[in-house]
Amino acid sequence: MEIHVIHYLVISTIMMFCGIYGFFTRKNLLALLISVELMLNATNINFAVFNRYLFPGQLEGHFFTLFGIAIAAAETAVAIAIIINVYRNVKQILTDDITDLKG
Amino acid sequence: MDISAIFSTMQAEISLAVILIIMLLADLILKQPNHKALQGLACGLLVVQIALNIVPVTGEAFGGMFVNTSMSSIVKTVLTAGTLLVFMQADSWINREDSRHKAGEFYVLTLSTLLGMYYMVSAGSFLLFYVGLELASIPLACLVAFDKYRRQSAEAGTKFILNAMFSSALMLYGLSLIYGTCGTMYFADMTAMLTGTPLQILAMVLFFAGLGFKLSLVPFHMWTPDTYQGAPTSITAYLSVISKGAAAFALMSILVKAFGPMIENWSLLIAIVTVVTITLANIMAILQHDLKRFMAYSSISQAGYIMLAVLGADGQGMASLVYYVIVYIVANLAVFGVITTVEQHNNGRVDREAYNGFYKTNPHLSFIMTLALFSLGGIPPFAGFFSKFFVFASAFHAGHWLVVFLALVNTIISLYYYLLIVKAMYITPNDNPLPTFRSSGMTRACLVICLLGIVLLGICSNVFNTLSNVALL
Repeated sequence: MEIHVIHYLVISTIMMFCGIYGFFTRKNLLALLISVELMLNATNINFAVFNRYLFPGQLEGHFFTLFGIAIAAAETAVAIAIIINVYRNVKQILTDDITDLKG
Repeated sequence: MDISAIFSTMQAEISLAVILIIMLLADLILKQPNHKALQGLACGLLVVQIALNIVPVTGEAFGGMFVNTSMSSIVKTVLTAGTLLVFMQADSWINREDSRHKAGEFYVLTLSTLLGMYYMVSAGSFLLFYVGLELASIPLACLVAFDKYRRQSAEAGTKFILNAMFSSALMLYGLSLIYGTCGTMYFADMTAMLTGTPLQILAMVLFFAGLGFKLSLVPFHMWTPDTYQGAPTSITAYLSVISKGAAAFALMSILVKAFGPMIENWSLLIAIVTVVTITLANIMAILQHDLKRFMAYSSISQAGYIMLAVLGADGQGMASLVYYVIVYIVANLAVFGVITTVEQHNNGRVDREAYNGFYKTNPHLSFIMTLALFSLGGIPPFAGFFSKFFVFASAFHAGHWLVVFLALVNTIISLYYYLLIVKAMYITPNDNPLPTFRSSGMTRACLVICLLGIVLLGICSNVFNTLSNVALL
């Protein structure tokens, strides 16, 4: 069977919505981070596939993928640093335990 | 294109990057007790930056990736001036015993978010826009979590970074769909390819969601009160004016420039979001007792008013948006300047009850606070009235009279809660009000500049005239 653009898109859409579902339902901050990573990687697949199959003459999509990966890594580093700081202060990284701020 | 043309087009970015490096080196070289010198250096360099780039530059670089118009030059200067005001009023917090050893980091991180906003407002392609947006939001997360040993600051930082990542992932998904349908990321080439197919409408909504998080418009506003309350007060001030102003300008210029053919789709979306934002934020603001949380809801409703200018979608709308942002910067920074100073002299209390009888002991500060709140509420002689008038006029001009009417009704509600603070300061009796104190020189200078802005920006009509002339060019 030949693999077409549609197969990739199905995978990336499933990944995207798994990520959104995880972001709304998980309680652990690291699990939230993993969900967001899933979403970011779904968009990377989209960019690479669109470039490869629909616009093979150009490189814009591949570049966007590269930038996306680099920036996602920077974001993850900062997020993990902040989560470690939460752990130092609260001794927990579950969302149920960080509820000091509410109005 | 030769290299000197690139230098002259990007001179604001290059000089800001140089300032960033100077601050980084100064932080390394200067020793501990020199935090005052560090602050003076940061403020002085920003004054130089404003002076160097006061004349608008136009031009393109890197094949249309970077586009500088006169309006985006003006916006950059305004954002720099706002950052300068934040630096000036931050001194009572950053020069405190427990945070002065990391003062250098504060300046470097703030300047790097400013650099990101520069790229955001003058992007000509979604790639540069995305990089700028992330450069503006990742260091901001570090700033929100700046008070390392305070539980609330860490919590606010977590909420901010996770929401920022989630929203940027949504936005990227939208951008990937745009790329799939258009085959280009450049705003200029995209306009011809956008026809309003369902996939493109989905992409536009996802893109709007990403910027809606930055602007804290209503369905995406949940992080705002928590982050504003937990972050250090000066960072809250920065978050509420500078980052919001840059996002508003970027949103409008992209919607008009790139999504121009889909105006019917997005103006309906923005009309609904605007009304819901203003109404919900006003209702929630009435219920707040913590002043920082209150200002968060106030800033959500102000973002709704800024969206009215986006509905205008022409030169006049652009001019009224920038004018609104300028007036909002001075008024909001005056309020936050007072909150920061009072917080330092009051063991970190920021609730409304702490301000009872404030006028008796600190008449000057309460006078400035009153005028700033009047301006935010839109009472006539002050600048806030004129800025509201212009955004209403531009939305009305585009035919959104129902939205304008609902926003007008909401202005009256907002007057009620702004005046609650004024009432607490002047009328509510208090047996032991805050003792009389004298704030630091920098803070006082900042408050005077804000006060002049509040009073003069409205009366000097040539400010808006200049902006609209530039916008119509």
